[in-house]
Amino acid sequence: MLFYTIKRFGLAILIVCLAMLMLLSAIHLVPGDPAGIALGPRATPEMRAEFRALMGMDQPFFVQYFRFLGNVVTGDLGVDVWSRRPVSTMIGEQLPHTIALAMAGLGWAIVLGIPMGCYSAVHRNSVLDKLTGVLSVGCIAIPSFIVGLYALLLFAVELKIFPEIGAGDAGDIEDQLVHLVLPGLAVGLGWVGYLARFVRTSMLEVMGENHIRMARAYGLSNRRITYVYALKLAILPTVALLGVGVGSLISGAVFAEIIFARPGIGKMVVDAVNTRNYPIVMGGVLVTTMLFALSTLISDLIAAWLDPRIRQGL
Amino acid sequence: MADTISSDVAIRREPRFAWFRQLLRDPLGCFGLVLVLLIIFSAIGADIIAPHDYKALDVKSRLAGPSWDHLLGTDNLGRDTFSRILHGGQIALYVALVSVGSSLLLGLVLGMLAGYGPSWLDNLLMWFFDSVRAFPVIMFALAVITVVGPSLETIIFVVIVTTTPGYARIARASTLATKSTEFILAERALGAGVPRIMFSHLVPNIVQPLLILASMDIPVVITIEAGLSFLGLGVKPPTPSWGSILNDGYGFIRNTPWLVIAGGIPLIITTLGFTFLGEALRDVLDPKLKKDR
Amino acid sequence: MNDRHDTVLEVRDLSVDFLTGRGTVRALRHVDLTVPDNRIVGIVGESGCGKSTLINSVLRLLAANAVVTESSSVVFKGRDVLAMSPADLRGIRGQEISMVFQDPMTALNPVISIGTQMTDILYRLDMSMADKRRLATDMLGQVGIPDPAQRLADYPHQFSGGMRQRICIAMALMMNPGLLIADEPTTALDVTLEAQIIHLMKDLCARFGCSMLFVSHNLGLIAELCDEVVVMYAGEVVEQGEVHDLFHRAQHPYTRMLLDCDPARIAEKRRDLPTISGSVPDLIDLPRGCIFAPRCPERYAPCSDSAPSTYDVNAVHQARCFQVRDA
Ligand SMILES: Nc1ncnc2c1ncn2[C@@H]1O[C@H](COP(=O)(O)OP(=O)(O)OP(=O)(O)O)[C@@H](O)[C@H]1O
Ligand code: SF4
Ligand SMILES: [Mg+2]
Repeated sequence: MLFYTIKRFGLAILIVCLAMLMLLSAIHLVPGDPAGIALGPRATPEMRAEFRALMGMDQPFFVQYFRFLGNVVTGDLGVDVWSRRPVSTMIGEQLPHTIALAMAGLGWAIVLGIPMGCYSAVHRNSVLDKLTGVLSVGCIAIPSFIVGLYALLLFAVELKIFPEIGAGDAGDIEDQLVHLVLPGLAVGLGWVGYLARFVRTSMLEVMGENHIRMARAYGLSNRRITYVYALKLAILPTVALLGVGVGSLISGAVFAEIIFARPGIGKMVVDAVNTRNYPIVMGGVLVTTMLFALSTLISDLIAAWLDPRIRQGL
Repeated sequence: MADTISSDVAIRREPRFAWFRQLLRDPLGCFGLVLVLLIIFSAIGADIIAPHDYKALDVKSRLAGPSWDHLLGTDNLGRDTFSRILHGGQIALYVALVSVGSSLLLGLVLGMLAGYGPSWLDNLLMWFFDSVRAFPVIMFALAVITVVGPSLETIIFVVIVTTTPGYARIARASTLATKSTEFILAERALGAGVPRIMFSHLVPNIVQPLLILASMDIPVVITIEAGLSFLGLGVKPPTPSWGSILNDGYGFIRNTPWLVIAGGIPLIITTLGFTFLGEALRDVLDPKLKKDR
Repeated sequence: MNDRHDTVLEVRDLSVDFLTGRGTVRALRHVDLTVPDNRIVGIVGESGCGKSTLINSVLRLLAANAVVTESSSVVFKGRDVLAMSPADLRGIRGQEISMVFQDPMTALNPVISIGTQMTDILYRLDMSMADKRRLATDMLGQVGIPDPAQRLADYPHQFSGGMRQRICIAMALMMNPGLLIADEPTTALDVTLEAQIIHLMKDLCARFGCSMLFVSHNLGLIAELCDEVVVMYAGEVVEQGEVHDLFHRAQHPYTRMLLDCDPARIAEKRRDLPTISGSVPDLIDLPRGCIFAPRCPERYAPCSDSAPSTYDVNAVHQARCFQVRDA
């Protein structure tokens, strides 16, 4: 298990480094002068040169890349172009909000998606199963910002059941949770569909296996067979999938944060794009990419640990 | 899109168009097909169907609700929302077709290179594909936009970079499988050139999975375009995009619900339509992949 | 025929259809079978002849697309299993009838410990957990798992195939059932293990006083283990009787071909049936006459017009062939 963990961890780091290399080279390759775009058309050549030097853009590409990686290792993500505050500090302030939002989305997905999938598998081909199937595809297909906008319109603006904007009072946990409901739904609804489908498929697969027939032959109750014997096995790939979920919810949070005017990485990055604040954008991309890799890794490890065949084999 | 699928696939099926008849028997597939056709025709015929000029301002009736004159109301500048939506469909489909088409071709070539070329090239390309997959797409898009500025081309570039690996993987896997089969070896022994072998034997085999993936990717691409335009980082005004209509609607959400509702409808129709159609196509063309439904 | 006290299981006129996209598969047709108290009954037949379908019908474990026809009855100790409520059925499963499955590698749940899987079966007993674990340990010891108390916490992947089948047998006998059904319990194991497992089952059944319904491809095993034999072909019972009588005076051409094909079969312990030329009829579109007629070397005039019914060879031996009637 330890060796497996180390191996997977190294792999994740490598992937993040490569992804950043990709990003930097893509930015390097596309035509356009970041300094010119950041400073606007009225900037003098001297101002642009100074900006480039500040951002390290006057160095050769690979020097830029490795300097970037080196800085990342020491926790230095550069400074805000305008306020000169360290980007890492700003990310540290925003990240908890985004993670809370991703968790709220995942909460919706788990609370709705897993029971839906179980029900569908157990009552396979029933009317409700078919309906769930169509609904899940619908949930997956509809863009999260539409869900967010419609939810905002219906539940906040028209019905006024939930608050419209913001993250709630800093000290008031309940208020913060209420503020998470609609944004959470917006980011999580697609994952409700994914989970429902995924759980249904893996449940059906497990329910067809021999040991389930054996459990039936021993007269175990349907409930125990479904929720212990089958679900314990079917949940393993689902756990691994949830990691991908957290990762993609963190980046999917952009829209919910904008629509509900919540603080968070996504809103910070979009604001930074609008003000051409390059270091903040890079920092945001790096952090979300790392979180993506990290959450995938963690959930894989949890799934492996939950499975005695792997836990003891590694 | 539908036309491309039919002509390419029908050649390989024994009873011609049997798959199409099968598709029509699937109610959800039919439903998806109808929605997709609706969107395609309304986009193509936008200039004829649109009751108003999508740029025409009508300051007297700003933010109006639906009426016979303005079927879906007007926006904050008094422009007819329905007409803007019809033209927005052109943008959405344009982005989808251009970027998915390019990704498909690029992925095909890269995948074949990976599968056919030396192993160091294969490894290099695989690493490349894996690292692209590690990116959150929207974040990647935002980073690129910071540098080159928002535009239609930027969106297309981002989508191509992020979706190509999917096609390349399929192409690579099929290349590896085909590479070892007897007839390729035999033809190579006869002196046929490598590119010729690849194209004549490989391409017909992987058209189907690639097309299934493409039809599933179209709604994703349309969502990315609309999403970025909603953030104000997509197509530039006054070009109508569903995303920018939503952006206007969001700004005036307390004044009128209609702009948000109207901007969302075409996106819902399109994503649902393409997704249902894509799923049904996959079930019909590739029963192996069929989700047990 | 038999007094209910001598009979554990009585299957009468059992017919099972499977509804498929291709049509109705008539997997079992008018099957009769009796398992007397304290006896071991063997079922033999080629792959696909309906052995598993037959024994799965007994515990109503058939696939969802199966239809058991109205006239069928499966009577276990005087009660019709097919007419039982789900609750009564659960009362029988694992308690009065238990089953050992074909493939021990997949029969146990991979993510639940052996101990939990064993004690779960005992949920009906009013016992403390410690007592249940003691019982499970004791059973594991009886089937020859070394160091059983320690191994309760282990998972199936930590046991070899032979050990897993022993665990399955321990589970099957733990509730002291009246009938043990074994569906080719040794096909997945190698030949030396096969003999051990078979002897273990025979011993334990004698010790626990339970009857056994034993399915196998292997004629040698059947001859060695069973008291009575049922020969199946394409969903029908073609011959059945007391083991000695049947093997020495086989009446049905199919049985004779099975026996003739490989004279050395008992010594060699073949795992598969010797091949017989021709192929099994399509169970969707059955021939009109005798089911075996297309492959029967002894076929004569009446065979292709109508199907033979079961005729007595003697009091303990029946066969479904016109030759028996006409003899
Ligand atoms: N769920 C099902 N749907 C359709 N046909 C089925 C189903 N289950 C079994 N059959 C068919 O019923 C017949 C009998 O199958 P069964 O599994 O009982 O054979 P078997 O004698 O146990 O074979 P084996 O020795 O290979 O285990 C076969 O022709 C099989 O194809
Ligand atoms: S009834 Fe006729 S065909 Fe059938 S087994 Fe007997 S001899 Fe052969
Ligand atoms: Mg069987």
